Amino acid sequence: MQMPQPNAGVISRKRRIVERLRDVLPADAVIEDESETRAYECDALTAYRCPPLAVVLPSTTAEVSDVLRICHEEGVPVVPRGSGTSLAGGALPTADCVLLGVARMTGVLETDYDNRFVRVQTGRTNLSVTGAVEADDFFYAPDPSSQLACAIAGNIAMNSGGAHCLKYGVTTNNLLGVTMVAMDGTIMEIGGAHLDAGGYDLLGVICGSEGQLGVVTEATLRILRKPEGARPVLMGFDSSEVAGACVSDIIKAGVLPVAIEFMDRPCIEACEAFAKAGYPMCEALLIVEVEGSPAEIDEQLGKITTIARRHDPVELREAKDADEAGRIWLGRKSAFGAMGQINDYMCLDGTIPVSELPYVLRRIGEMSKEFGLGVANVFHAGDGNMHPLILFNANQEGQLELCEAFGAEILKLCVEVGGCLTGEHGVGIEKRDLMHDQYDAADLEAQMAVKDVFDPKWLLNPAKVFPLDASDARRVVPVAAE
Amino acid sequence: MRVESEAELAEAVAGATGPLTIRGGGTRGLGASQGAVLETGGLSGITLYEPGALTVVVRAGTPLDEIEQALAAENQRLAFEPMDHRPLLGTNGTPTIGGVVAANVSGPRRIQAGACRDFMLGVRFVDGSGTVIKNGGRVMKNVTGYDLVKLMTGSRGTLGVLTEVSLKVLPRPETQACVVLDGLGDEAAVAAMARALGSPFEVTGAAHFPRGADGQPVTMLRIEGFEKSVSYRAGRLRDMFGGQAVRVDDDPDSVAASWLAVRDVQALAGREGDVWRISCKPSDGPALAARLSAEAHHFDWGGGLIWALLPVGTDARARLGEFRGHATRVRGTGDAPALQPEPGPLAALSDGLRTRFDPRGILNPGLMTA
Ligand SMILES: Cc1cc2nc3c(=O)[nH]c(=O)nc-3n(C[C@H](O)[C@H](O)[C@H](O)COP(=O)(O)OP(=O)(O)OC[C@H]3O[C@@H](n4cnc5c(N)ncnc54)[C@H](O)[C@@H]3O)c2cc1C
Repeated sequence: MQMPQPNAGVISRKRRIVERLRDVLPADAVIEDESETRAYECDALTAYRCPPLAVVLPSTTAEVSDVLRICHEEGVPVVPRGSGTSLAGGALPTADCVLLGVARMTGVLETDYDNRFVRVQTGRTNLSVTGAVEADDFFYAPDPSSQLACAIAGNIAMNSGGAHCLKYGVTTNNLLGVTMVAMDGTIMEIGGAHLDAGGYDLLGVICGSEGQLGVVTEATLRILRKPEGARPVLMGFDSSEVAGACVSDIIKAGVLPVAIEFMDRPCIEACEAFAKAGYPMCEALLIVEVEGSPAEIDEQLGKITTIARRHDPVELREAKDADEAGRIWLGRKSAFGAMGQINDYMCLDGTIPVSELPYVLRRIGEMSKEFGLGVANVFHAGDGNMHPLILFNANQEGQLELCEAFGAEILKLCVEVGGCLTGEHGVGIEKRDLMHDQYDAADLEAQMAVKDVFDPKWLLNPAKVFPLDASDARRVVPVAAE
Repeated sequence: MRVESEAELAEAVAGATGPLTIRGGGTRGLGASQGAVLETGGLSGITLYEPGALTVVVRAGTPLDEIEQALAAENQRLAFEPMDHRPLLGTNGTPTIGGVVAANVSGPRRIQAGACRDFMLGVRFVDGSGTVIKNGGRVMKNVTGYDLVKLMTGSRGTLGVLTEVSLKVLPRPETQACVVLDGLGDEAAVAAMARALGSPFEVTGAAHFPRGADGQPVTMLRIEGFEKSVSYRAGRLRDMFGGQAVRVDDDPDSVAASWLAVRDVQALAGREGDVWRISCKPSDGPALAARLSAEAHHFDWGGGLIWALLPVGTDARARLGEFRGHATRVRGTGDAPALQPEPGPLAALSDGLRTRFDPRGILNPGLMTA
């Protein structure tokens, strides 16, 4: 993975930059010693590391504004960071950057049940947003598997999804407003407690912009009343084709489950060995969850199991109680952990049209043989967001590169069948250079034009999202000498 | 000028020597645009529909009717419930999907299911220089690059001319019912709607009319889904409001007709005056309505959307004063701009975007600023 040459001029001015930052922040909020900046050298894409020039941990929007204004004046790139759980290298620093972490900004600013929103500082973790309202039976719907750790800041930047987004949508569908600081320090309010934009949908383009348009410090999030109950059903099938057809039939029948999760045999085997959830050994397993009152759940599950029976399932297990429901989810929820136990793995995130599932799984199987690397598939079947896990040995010379090459082929396949490179993890550095496969030059140019407007000097998280060759001319900004 | 293909459209825009008014069906009466008319009706047809994947891809000039019929045949629908502006604006013509998307037209179900923008999966458009650009795609989860799909939705053709859009669709529910509360004042009605929307019973519409059909206040809460579930939830909601004047309309046809009237703002159709639409925090609704002291007003979106009829030429914003949200003049003319002016920093971003996507300023000039 290539990163641009760090700006030597900026690095040579480190002293002065750090001093200026110290002028506007409390002493413990500016970190420059390399033994400490190392803690921020990577996100969850740990194969790539680079300590930043300095780290700042502001506590208020005003402090964020001061930091950005100074960095803007000094021509210093800024990499925003939430909790550093990005799987795409979105929060990877460069040697010439100030890493701006919002981890100290965790407050709940306003809770409004009448209008069904909370306003939080964006360093707050996803799960603790729900934590702040669940005693009153409300919740924040987007639920990435990393929700214990990841921050709302990163969720907004990546437009993160989760297992329940089939019904509730992803971050962008649950975000009502933000306080954002532009690279020059300007503080702006976009959206709020009302439901639509008066002008252009700037909020819509900010969400998912991977920290390249501004630093989001506060967010107004839609909260929902908890459903009366939820219950999953587990079904096993002889082939992924049949499982795919079953998903499609469920959806066509007008039932809209909150989640439809899919696992293939390698994944089932690993989860079983790890979590002993009692999964059947078969080619494809679906977990389908519905919500409502007990009678409503019965009615929906009745419809779903009737459809499933038409597809000759090898196993059909309806949860009778919370305990059984827990066991059905246990394996799925430990899928990543299970994989981590047996191997190093790389988690992909392409999306495909649901109808292409059998073909794509077959091709992945073939490629797995060609590359000599195992793959396990677990994914959100209702919306076609796949997570193939490629297994490799990081300690063996050349395996990471082989794994990346295999991953790139899978993602190109996703694009080829009408899907996309990333459904919820974002582009970051990981998929940056594959963007040419999905978008023409004009398509990329239009996206970069948006960055030009928000961040004319291209100082915010500049080496991400766009292929380096496409963004080169913009990133090479003349920096004033001292 | 009427174009029949994306390539023709790109050529027409590239070769334009002056402003263009982009027209789909011409039913939305979007402000006073100027210049040669560019009709998109020739770009018509459903290019892909996969009911099992809940996705449809259509050319921008496709009549909305044609799409809704195709979806209905598979028991699906556009869940954001786009309003038909014809009754309110007194326009004729055939609404197209491009017009719906360009204005982010979203009906009563917006509070639960989302707006048009929430169902948009992908766009193809021609920018002001005549370049064809695509963004998003046809899959439900996609974070590949910036979300220009949302930026284009609601941009009223000022950033580009839509040629094709992909949308997420949803199952059409088996039936619907309406829980009706009688006699509530604005404050009490908005509070009641907040209670209902904060319940687990999935209310998909919450509207209040200070003067309903019989001249008395009426508050409506809609429930949709499978039959047993609908009657269960309607019953639970009715019980929640025990002690008040509450009844359940469980005749699906009558419920459908009531909500069609809400969707299309039929209450203000054909009446003399300007029509304003105010988007606000729901609990601010009653106070803002009081400040408006309109000839007639009602609330949708649980109070977060106010429709108001004001004397011709009135500037609603002058009456509203400072508030969080925005006011749009949907019908009528006057000195006040139709759209709420944006605060400085946002206006600068909007101007910047317009200049980048339409450097010559020829696409529906003024539509996003006047
Ligand atoms: C085990 C595991 C499971 C995961 N499961 C899921 C899942 O189910 N669904 C899913 O969608 N993702 C998942 N992820 C990915 C990751 O958790 C999400 O992308 C998450 O939203 C990142 O949040 P973060 O706070 O850690 O952001 P970071 O990693 O710190 O940063 C992510 C991006 O956000 C930008 N950013 C951070 N803060 C700001 C700010 N204040 N303003 C502007 N930009 C900012 C960064 O520059 C970077 O580009 C998973 C990750 C792991 C490790």
